[in-house]
Amino acid sequence: MSVLKVNDKEIQVTDEGYLENFADWDKDVANVLAKEEEIEELTQGHWHIIETLQKIYQEKGALPALRRLAKESGVKTKELYDLFPKKPLKKVAKIAGLPKPTGCG
Amino acid sequence: MDNKEEVKKIAIIVSKNSLEDVYAGLVMANGAVMEGIETIMFFTFFGLDAITKKSMNNLKVGNPEAFIAKMPPMDGPMPENLGDFVTEQIKNQFEEMDFAPVDEFLEMINAGGGKIYACRLAADMFRLTEEDFCDELDGIISVGEMYEMAGRAQMVFI
Repeated sequence: MSVLKVNDKEIQVTDEGYLENFADWDKDVANVLAKEEEIEELTQGHWHIIETLQKIYQEKGALPALRRLAKESGVKTKELYDLFPKKPLKKVAKIAGLPKPTGCG
Repeated sequence: MDNKEEVKKIAIIVSKNSLEDVYAGLVMANGAVMEGIETIMFFTFFGLDAITKKSMNNLKVGNPEAFIAKMPPMDGPMPENLGDFVTEQIKNQFEEMDFAPVDEFLEMINAGGGKIYACRLAADMFRLTEEDFCDELDGIISVGEMYEMAGRAQMVFI
């Protein structure tokens, strides 16, 4: 377990940087997590994906495959890789304050 | 995971055309792409069916009996064409699990920067040219070129 400092708050995260409690998440936290993932600024495009993933997680209680995220958000897989380079699903999940994806797709 | 020995590059060679073998290759390749690992797929011999427009979405399960053995027992007589029956079941199951059909799977691998190649020898043997292959094809290449491109990649042969 590690600690992430956002403003004056100390937030519990896993050793890989995923939030321990979603209740700690807010937009400032997301911005700090995004910088850790080398995304300098979260644009509207990023927020749409982050919010879509949170919504799916809330409804299903589990993270979807990348394919489902593309479908539900209406954003092409290629654009997901452009927005969240290299590891799209892991990066969105982390920035969205959700657990590390453990699926195969 | 703090693992200094992490895989940086992988080359997955698919030489078979059964649904289960092709999916093994596609799932591993897409999984690698999603981890930011540089990924090359090289399709050879019957594996070419998986990237040939005419056949890519009509692949059949190679070992239906093995699938039947793992499924819940069925009521009534065995279907006449076990291969087709099991293929249909497996495809539906993949869809439920959000695994894409073959053409869309290749699109996803391509979208993430994965490379898709056909084997020159096998393509010549089966008289296939670039027009026969999916749009995501990055080229028809020799074994030598594949090794050049793979460099120090980890290799997987299916």
